[in-house]
Amino acid sequence: MKTKILLPFIIVSFLFIFFILYVGLNRSNIYIPETVTNEKIPTFKVKVFNSEKKLTSIEIFENDIYYLLNIWASWCIPCRDEHPYLMELKKNKKLEIVGLNYKDKVKNANNFLNELNNPYTLILSDTDGTIAIEWGAYGVPETFLIYNGKIIKKIIGPMNNNLFKEIESVVK
Amino acid sequence: MASLIGSYSLFFSLGFSVLILFFSFKNLKNTINFDNKLLSLTFLQLLFIILSFFGLIIAFINSDFSNSTVFNHSHTTKPLFYKISGTWGNHEGSLLLWLLVLTLFIFLFLISSKKQPKKYRVLTLLFQQIIIIGFLIFLIQTSNPFAQIYPVPSEGLGLNPILQDPALAIHPPILYLGYVGSSIIFSSVLAASSTNYISKEWAKHIKQWILISWIFLTLGILLGSIWAYYELGWGGFWFWDPVENVSLMPWLALTTLFHCVLVLEKKLLLTSWVVILSIATFTLSMSGTFLVRSGILNSVHTFANDPERGLYILIFLFTLIFLSLFVFFFFHKTDGQNNTSFFWLSKETSILINNWFMMYFLAVVLIGTIYPIFLDVLTSQKISVGPPFYHKLIIPFLIPFLLAMAIGPKLNWIKSNLQNKSHLLLLFAISLILSFLIIRILEISFLVNTILFTSAFYLFFITLRDFFIKGFKNLAQNIAHFGFSLLILSILFNNFLSTEVITNLKVGETYKSDELTINFEKIEKIKKQNFEAIIGKFNVKSDNELVDILKPELRIYNQPNIVTSEADIKTNLLSDKFMTMNLVQNQEYFNIRYQIKPFMIWIWFSVIIISFGGLFSFFKKKI
Repeated sequence: MKTKILLPFIIVSFLFIFFILYVGLNRSNIYIPETVTNEKIPTFKVKVFNSEKKLTSIEIFENDIYYLLNIWASWCIPCRDEHPYLMELKKNKKLEIVGLNYKDKVKNANNFLNELNNPYTLILSDTDGTIAIEWGAYGVPETFLIYNGKIIKKIIGPMNNNLFKEIESVVK
Repeated sequence: MASLIGSYSLFFSLGFSVLILFFSFKNLKNTINFDNKLLSLTFLQLLFIILSFFGLIIAFINSDFSNSTVFNHSHTTKPLFYKISGTWGNHEGSLLLWLLVLTLFIFLFLISSKKQPKKYRVLTLLFQQIIIIGFLIFLIQTSNPFAQIYPVPSEGLGLNPILQDPALAIHPPILYLGYVGSSIIFSSVLAASSTNYISKEWAKHIKQWILISWIFLTLGILLGSIWAYYELGWGGFWFWDPVENVSLMPWLALTTLFHCVLVLEKKLLLTSWVVILSIATFTLSMSGTFLVRSGILNSVHTFANDPERGLYILIFLFTLIFLSLFVFFFFHKTDGQNNTSFFWLSKETSILINNWFMMYFLAVVLIGTIYPIFLDVLTSQKISVGPPFYHKLIIPFLIPFLLAMAIGPKLNWIKSNLQNKSHLLLLFAISLILSFLIIRILEISFLVNTILFTSAFYLFFITLRDFFIKGFKNLAQNIAHFGFSLLILSILFNNFLSTEVITNLKVGETYKSDELTINFEKIEKIKKQNFEAIIGKFNVKSDNELVDILKPELRIYNQPNIVTSEADIKTNLLSDKFMTMNLVQNQEYFNIRYQIKPFMIWIWFSVIIISFGGLFSFFKKKI
């Protein structure tokens, strides 16, 4: 009796897993960016990394320039991949890169920056991950292009060459 | 020439597989005795796989670039040692190694199981042949190690420098003996289920095979971890990388399986556990191969991505899963065996409790590893699961796990009581006080840390006491559990006492802090056969006394052209001094990372103790 319910259930579960893995296999490994346009940035108050100062979202994004909010963590391996792009974007004077350090230890985060250099003009500290939730982020890394208090573009996953060029073309 | 022989040998092996299948079926139907023809055929199959494997090794030694595997993964300037280890340092060659282990193990199984029932032996051979055929076709079809290139290139592309390392040269063979060794457990359990032979005798016999796989898997993981520690230069021993996770999952399943088999051998209980775990161990090993080879996961060490290969392994993997489900549901008899109720305070109950914990740890690792794939397919969201996830979910549950590990072996089978067990309380009190003091001194005042230290110390003291009180009784188990407590303690101390200095220095400069000074004395350049090295010389002083001279390296490999950073590590019993040096782009500065990692060697050492426990158990019965 038990077998009669259990066996079909297990078979269906395994078929489901097979299906998922099969589809996953045929997907490219390149992260697909998701674009969200003209959504307002969330309002929040956040601690600045390596200091006790607190800032509000309005203070952070107040100037009339483009901002790039990058959610990162030292334990996140894809963050290492996208780091060179951020370093390159840093050279763009019309863009300011704000880092949101996600669920990280200060020591590890500092090591990460010392090792790979610091692309950020300002780093915010999100030790419990709540600010990232405010932004609707799914994980790390994630990047938001912001202008005039609005999210112009949202990138889920690490940046790649195409996305990098796209940002360069927007921020001229 | 060698490639040609190797290539034909593969086809011959496939031919032998067909013959073995044919004679197995015949043997199942007709005769009472095991047909010795099967043994000869298995031996011949093994011989041809060995021939094929040596063919590939010789092609590597001779730098025969008409062979595409050699062309892609070797170079004439490489030292002989790495030419040979390059044989299994790539996808095609490593699969050939898989096959070698598959055929070797079934041969060893057949010659060592002469006392077992005939039907069981033939069926084990049959199931193993299904796996062998699957892999042979996979190898020949999608990843032939003997594929030819014409015109013949004059030079190879070289082996990835981070793979040119002694630990990594022996890491794959050892790991595969564990991984693939579990195939024998899989075939055997299916055969035993089909013939209703799951019994105390079977448990006693399969236990040895579980131990062999387990020992090699443990050592294989250890070697990989040591390699990652000094070669990748991240200064840690475990990163929860998908590739590490896929080796940890079969290990967890295998460890649980071993404990279940002990119960089965003594009490004829937990038969379903044993069957499911035996199946799970090998399917997890296969899933690992799938996840790593198909490129479905992003990891620091993925092989070349190829969806076709992935699809083949995926289909094959699920064929095996459904085959085992079929055997389990329609042949496996549970009647009358599992109805014995467990008394709450007994050895088997404590083993059962820890089984569930192990399954929990396994589930955490499994979900952390494959959940990103599921989420991506179902919702197109990308996430990265990192250490915080694993730490949060695993660490708290280590506490009851450690306690059960300490108390469980003290209990009797069937029913136990806690009389004359006052020393258990005493040792617990000592552990608690000791942990409390340590937490105070280290100034980490978290409740969970105190309990964690307490439970680790508790297991440590109890096993330590048993060495003196019980002597040789249960020695194997005691060694392994002692090793585990030592491992947890080393990890804890390592985690809480590590210190680190990161700074940018140029030659001649000195970094000063309250505790130490680091003086960058000079750099020198050295030319070797396959790389050029820039070696820095650093004098580390503490209180104006010279503590260490460290010489981290930057290596510029010629083929392929890659720069790697070689950490210099000074190891002693108390701590590791670890230094890496990296180029800062377009500057004369070097980025220096100096770490003091206490008890690092104890982490490796305790894993060796754990596997030594397994080794001891393996030889115990035979003495």
